[in-house]
Amino acid sequence: MEKRILVLGIGNLLWADEGFGVRCVEALNAGWRFGANVTVMDGGTQGLYLLPYVQEADCLLVFDAVDYGDTPGDLREVVGDQVPRFMGAKKMSLHQTGFQEVLMAAELTGKLPAELVLIGVQPEELEDYGGSLRDVVKAQMAPALDLALAWLGRWGATASRRDDAAEAITDRALAMDVYEAGRPPADQACRLGDARFLNGEAA
Amino acid sequence: MSAYETQGFKLDNSGKRVVVDPVCRIEGHMRVEVNLDSNNVIRNAVSTGTMWRGLEVILKGRDPRDAWAFVERICGVCTGTHALTSVRAVEDALSIRIPDNANIIRNLMQLNLYIHDHLVHFYHLHALDWVDVVSALKADPKATSTLAQSISSWPLSSPGYFRDIQNRLKKFVESGQLGPFMNGYWGNPAYKLPPEANLMAVAHYLEALDFQKEIVKVHTIFGGKNPHPNWLVGGVPCAINLEGTGAVGAINMERLNLVKSIIDRCTEFVEQVYIPDLLAIGSFYKGWLYGGGISSQNLLSYGDIPNIANDYSTNSLLLPRGAIIDGKLDEIHPVDLRDPEQVQEFVAHSWYKYPDESKGLHPFDGVTEPNFVLGPNTKGSKTNIQELDEGAKYSWIKAPRWRGHAMEVGPLARMVMGYLQPKQFPEIHGLVEGALKKLDVPVGALFSTLGRTAARGLETAYCVKLQSEQFDKLMTNLKNGDLNTANIEKWEPATWPKEARGVGFTEAPRGALGHWVTIKETRIDNYQCVVPTTWNGGPRDHKGQIGAFEASLMDTPVAKADEPLEILRTLHSFDPCLACSTHVMSPDGQEMTSVKVR
Repeated sequence: MEKRILVLGIGNLLWADEGFGVRCVEALNAGWRFGANVTVMDGGTQGLYLLPYVQEADCLLVFDAVDYGDTPGDLREVVGDQVPRFMGAKKMSLHQTGFQEVLMAAELTGKLPAELVLIGVQPEELEDYGGSLRDVVKAQMAPALDLALAWLGRWGATASRRDDAAEAITDRALAMDVYEAGRPPADQACRLGDARFLNGEAA
Repeated sequence: MSAYETQGFKLDNSGKRVVVDPVCRIEGHMRVEVNLDSNNVIRNAVSTGTMWRGLEVILKGRDPRDAWAFVERICGVCTGTHALTSVRAVEDALSIRIPDNANIIRNLMQLNLYIHDHLVHFYHLHALDWVDVVSALKADPKATSTLAQSISSWPLSSPGYFRDIQNRLKKFVESGQLGPFMNGYWGNPAYKLPPEANLMAVAHYLEALDFQKEIVKVHTIFGGKNPHPNWLVGGVPCAINLEGTGAVGAINMERLNLVKSIIDRCTEFVEQVYIPDLLAIGSFYKGWLYGGGISSQNLLSYGDIPNIANDYSTNSLLLPRGAIIDGKLDEIHPVDLRDPEQVQEFVAHSWYKYPDESKGLHPFDGVTEPNFVLGPNTKGSKTNIQELDEGAKYSWIKAPRWRGHAMEVGPLARMVMGYLQPKQFPEIHGLVEGALKKLDVPVGALFSTLGRTAARGLETAYCVKLQSEQFDKLMTNLKNGDLNTANIEKWEPATWPKEARGVGFTEAPRGALGHWVTIKETRIDNYQCVVPTTWNGGPRDHKGQIGAFEASLMDTPVAKADEPLEILRTLHSFDPCLACSTHVMSPDGQEMTSVKVR
């Protein structure tokens, strides 16, 4: 039987490199066509709303910005049992509460996907509200997609390059080019969040 | 050290300080600091939003028809509500009228969000403040079955069923992986339920976890994209074709039947599980009536669920609108969001700059200019605050006031407003009265942590009823051949005035939500959001008046200072819009333990 595959991008695209996960699924959806057993989804910062999709999947691949303490832009692949543990580790994932809870709930209901993969990038900047991906992080989108496509291949999914325009996964107003081009000038929109943002890290 | 009196509370920050600080980046941080006296009673409470949210500035210059897509990303919890508020604000500014079907479908989506949010809040985010999971292991499954059958006819209630649940729970606990249960203060003396009630609640926790995913399918059907539904200025972005087939394309009969069956299952679950659980748990805690704060004095609701399309006046709104001040329950004041004298935001204790901080600004004239300065009594540094100085600026949240009063918003405000108007809201009146009778408590008991939690459940029961009614209305329209879902007459910016301003409001599950938009030359010139957690969680104002969170913690005894279960219980009862992990710090900044807060 064909495996049901969910490719999920998580994070908040309004917070600079936090948008990595969502940008990856956007790009994957724009560039490739998959069979009906593959769902490519923008999970945003939705918590339990994602549970039904996770429960229905045999294989789950997640794109996310993850603070591993690496050099900004470093890409890491985490597989299997390591995924929830990784996301649960202190200050590892930026959505640890939200998404870790979803995985726990899936497990509690006996419906955790058999295969789990997390493709995470070390962010450079998060405190820029209204900002977009930094260059080092943006440059990792293509390698991240290659890793994902390799996993999809291993799971038996068929992927073909698109030659037409896909139905966009996020609203057009949020597409990376429109989002970046429409940003108000610096004198109107603060370029950085507050210093207190670092508080959590220091504590 | 300072002490003063405000709104009937005596604030004194001389006792030992406990800091509860969430660490999360998703929807915004919230941190609370309290001072305990020598008997561990809270004598001072300081609530702060620790995250700058400059949504107002990043929307500047963008197309107002796109604003909903941005505001949908503010937060992972209020997604749909922010989007709805935004399209209403733009429609108000541009005098766009939406078709009846669009109004009904929006109502259905909003009611569906309430039911989902309230249910998930009760079972998955708040129940564990009342339910001791580990105690459930000691329950007798047979006695649990007897208890369950005595309060409800819900079929999943056999001794074998509860034994299975207990075994599952045991396995989870023994694996050392408590999962969602991992951060509780199990065994804390503030837990009052017998083991059997705890086991029943755990069983329903799991059932609700499975059921909640059915509820949101309504959003998928009407909103298209998932999990971020589509919205449209001028209506709803879904076409209707009753004769159509299949699961994609226009809404057809097959999918409407699915909506109907979800609505029916919601009704069943709320009536047979949620409400009986609420009353059962409530009966063990009715002696614990702390946490009322300012709710017995000042309540505010903007109202929602317009029964008549494009009529946002008090008479059209099925969730009541109004303000109560100074505890005068016999007088409900009209609320006008355009009146510059009513809703105003103050920043004397917020990290923003106004020309004159003794005055508030109406959101149309709102200014969002950051000014991050710490008071002289702060402990720590800007990047690592150990203790805030509440005598100075101490929050990224502004302090909204209604005619100068700090107000509580949320289900309690809405239900009290309805209860006090039995002619206009007989169902709400009946639900509230029924619960008070069943628990054998006076009306005053509503103004408490438990009252807030109960109001949310009663509201859910009201919403499932409204959901059925709205669905029937939709079906009547469709059968009469009215399939219109959008008005695009004013879609093109060329049809807009040079300058326009509008207000959109909703009641988010957690309280009154307003967006104020100014459009100039077809672009957003100013956008201000006043969100429910701003009303409830805002800091003090220039007069030293405290907000709803701060007031709700006052005078509450805490059983164990290093396990502030009572603090979390009360804060959670507001369903604050913060899906966060909380770290509890000792006075010297050492991390003592961590819990989940929302």
